[in-house]
Amino acid sequence: MSAAVAEKVILGKTLAIDADGNLVNLSDWNEDIANELAKEEGIEVLNAKHWQVINYMRKVFTETGDAPSIRKLTKESGVDTKELYALFPKGPAKKAARIAGLPKPKGCI
Amino acid sequence: MSEENNYEPIKKVSIIVSKGSLEGVYPGLIMANGARMEGIEANLFFTFFGMEAIIDKKMDHIKVATVGNPAMHMPTLIGSLPGMSALATHMMEKEMEKIDIPPVREFLGMIHDAGCNIYACKASVDMFHLKKEDFCSQVDEVITVGEFYEKSAGASIIFT
Repeated sequence: MSAAVAEKVILGKTLAIDADGNLVNLSDWNEDIANELAKEEGIEVLNAKHWQVINYMRKVFTETGDAPSIRKLTKESGVDTKELYALFPKGPAKKAARIAGLPKPKGCI
Repeated sequence: MSEENNYEPIKKVSIIVSKGSLEGVYPGLIMANGARMEGIEANLFFTFFGMEAIIDKKMDHIKVATVGNPAMHMPTLIGSLPGMSALATHMMEKEMEKIDIPPVREFLGMIHDAGCNIYACKASVDMFHLKKEDFCSQVDEVITVGEFYEKSAGASIIFT
């Protein structure tokens, strides 16, 4: 778990955030918070495909302690690379992790 | 968010791959993919033996050099034994797979799908008597060095 360096108020709740601006506590996250985090990233509405990626990321994180790589996302989430970049413009792994309430992925791929 | 400095973030990179060994090809691919993951615009330009990574018939057979590479810590005579390069390549590919680095063909597909443009160098194509059809489908265009610079407007150029 990453260290808290600041706090942020979302939907009236004060949440700890890390140096990358991601939530520190997995338990702070819920779907309403995700919608707000998505808006901060310029995604007005999270559709079914967004949720497919977000839910897959949370699942992998719970199992392995790290968010999945783009390759793993492409192969296993059911959403291909092109679509990932269309859903989460300018950095799918990083953005989807933030919206999913996870720390920034550690891998290089 | 930490604001440690006021440097302008990198917005665009043009990466040149000029070597045809496994260790010559992968750094450029990893940097191109990494750029797109960070939302950085990217071009990949393959020249000279770097084109091995985009030639359809060759790209699945990229090998580690076991001779002339002191970092392999392998005496030249042993490195030159038949099958040594294939063995070292096989071992390295296994390690790469563990950390989710894909084989060249799959990686190029990912990078292209991520929105990175892929080019082959006209001078090298002419020199090696190649045609556009000899390349994998991800290669967008064969371009001259002049066109490479045009497409690199505003980019940092990285030569590997």
